[in-house]
Amino acid sequence: MSNTTQAAPKSKKSFWEIMKSRKGQRGLVIVLFMLVPLTLLAVFTYIPFFEMVRFSFYDIRYGQDGTWVGLKNYAEVFNRSECFTSLFVSVYYMGGAIIQLALALFFATLFVFKVKGSGIFKGILFFPYLICGIAVGFIFKFFYARGYVLDSLLQMFGMNPENIPFWLQDQKINNISLAATSVWRYMGQNMILFLGAMMSVDTDLYEAASLDGANKWHQFLYIILPSIKSIVVLNLILSISGSLSAFEPPYVITNGTMGTGTYFVIMNRLAHERQKVGLACAMAIVLLVIIVACTVAQNLFFKYVFDNGTEDESKAAVRAKKRAAKAAQKGGN
Amino acid sequence: MKISKMKLSSFLFTVFKYGAIVLASIIALLPVCVCVLTAFKTTEEYNATSVLDLPKSFLYFENFIVAVKQANMFRGFLNTGIVLVVVLIVSIFTGSMLAYVLNRFKFKGSGIINSLFMFASLIPGIATQVTVYQIMYSLGLINHLYGYMIVLMGTDIISIYIFLQFFENLSVSLDESAIIDGCTYFGVFFKILFPLLKPAIVTSLVLKGVGVYNEYYMSNLYLQDRNLKTISTALYTFTGPYGNQYNYICAGVLITIIPIFILFLIFQEQVYSGMAAGAVKG
Repeated sequence: MSNTTQAAPKSKKSFWEIMKSRKGQRGLVIVLFMLVPLTLLAVFTYIPFFEMVRFSFYDIRYGQDGTWVGLKNYAEVFNRSECFTSLFVSVYYMGGAIIQLALALFFATLFVFKVKGSGIFKGILFFPYLICGIAVGFIFKFFYARGYVLDSLLQMFGMNPENIPFWLQDQKINNISLAATSVWRYMGQNMILFLGAMMSVDTDLYEAASLDGANKWHQFLYIILPSIKSIVVLNLILSISGSLSAFEPPYVITNGTMGTGTYFVIMNRLAHERQKVGLACAMAIVLLVIIVACTVAQNLFFKYVFDNGTEDESKAAVRAKKRAAKAAQKGGN
Repeated sequence: MKISKMKLSSFLFTVFKYGAIVLASIIALLPVCVCVLTAFKTTEEYNATSVLDLPKSFLYFENFIVAVKQANMFRGFLNTGIVLVVVLIVSIFTGSMLAYVLNRFKFKGSGIINSLFMFASLIPGIATQVTVYQIMYSLGLINHLYGYMIVLMGTDIISIYIFLQFFENLSVSLDESAIIDGCTYFGVFFKILFPLLKPAIVTSLVLKGVGVYNEYYMSNLYLQDRNLKTISTALYTFTGPYGNQYNYICAGVLITIIPIFILFLIFQEQVYSGMAAGAVKG
């Protein structure tokens, strides 16, 4: 560093020296700044990843060499009822995710129209997201347990105790009960995300539109929805991999028993309790393939369905303005 | 006539709006409120009364004391606190430095490195732990707080992405004029650009902070010593001995909620804007 400053005011030759040392400095910065993150990336992501791929072809336990079994583990992922049904369990969480997005969209829209005390309400709806997953698990274990919170509430409202199902034991509904805890936890966070995107549209538009006589539904359809369609689709696609990775609710509340084992819970059990490391690795690879497929779908979707993957704000605002005018026209009639 | 009709419909909309929001707020609060009620009940009271009944006194703190002692929760908070501070500081520096290099310099392999990080963000975290465990074991990082911190930093892709996006919107002319003024690349980064990263730092503090505070899986795998438990694993110990003694469990749950509740009250706006910024970009 000191070399550059000393050499600066000299002749043509030292100019080259500056260039050279600039270049040297550039290399130094590149190497120094990347050293730590790249080492970490290699050690904690890529080496484990390649090991995982290798293990998925072996029948292996911790600390052993294992025997090559080819694709047997992969076949087992789809044949073993435990693994296969866990994929179906994810469907409940996916359904939950869709309901959660719809609710988040609904409440975010309500907050766009002026709400008194919106700070407090937003805070209340958002806060569950900040409670740690294990605590959420306990809260709902207590909530659903026979004769406790939910049952007492329903009885208070006059429901016959004999008609109340076992929320966590009845295999028809226990996955719905568990998926509902995810909705409870993440709805507010989704709402804040949507609200952020909605507010990035010029807020005067809403007032202008309502002065021009556009009703709430038209405001939603022509101003709000277009401003957030990409973030909604993004969250919808993310919810697929998210529901496959659901872990904490079944882990804490039911420990994956009675047909509530999600993909990760089963993978965890196979790897760490039964030491079927190869099978667990094959499950992980299958999951990764699904996630990669979702990501590719997402990119294609953004490329062909919305021409604007990286929506530039001014462009969006112009379009939103046009829509506001249109909405006003329709509402004005 | 038309005006009164509009007034009526807007009145109905207002009723509907507040009705929906209040109902949702009750649903959001109820499970936690019942925990508050239960946490203040003595064991006899808990066994005798309905869970919805108010406790005799809100000054009965015995459950909290038992919970703290039983689950070693002070230690849990201390450990989580240390991990949070170290991991957040380090990942802000490593993340922003890496993003600076990847965004500002085009060199051989920069594209590949970018894609490597991109692909890494797709690999599901819990899945690779099967093999990460063996690496941690052979490096002797199991049952050390620093080992856990290192593995948390190693799986930190979010903050790198937030910083990368942020650099896209920082004009290169800032760097150029500073370099013409004789600033070194180090100077450009630390003196000129780093102070401008504040919004991105807030976003990554919020997202990463919530993530680390919530993290259970890896802390359960790599910190098995009783004195190394984090707040999540400390709380999880209630599954065993206290099975159905929810008055103690609820007290434990509330203890984990209180600090984050206070932080949330103080930093509410930053949390919201951090979340929103992370989403638009992520």
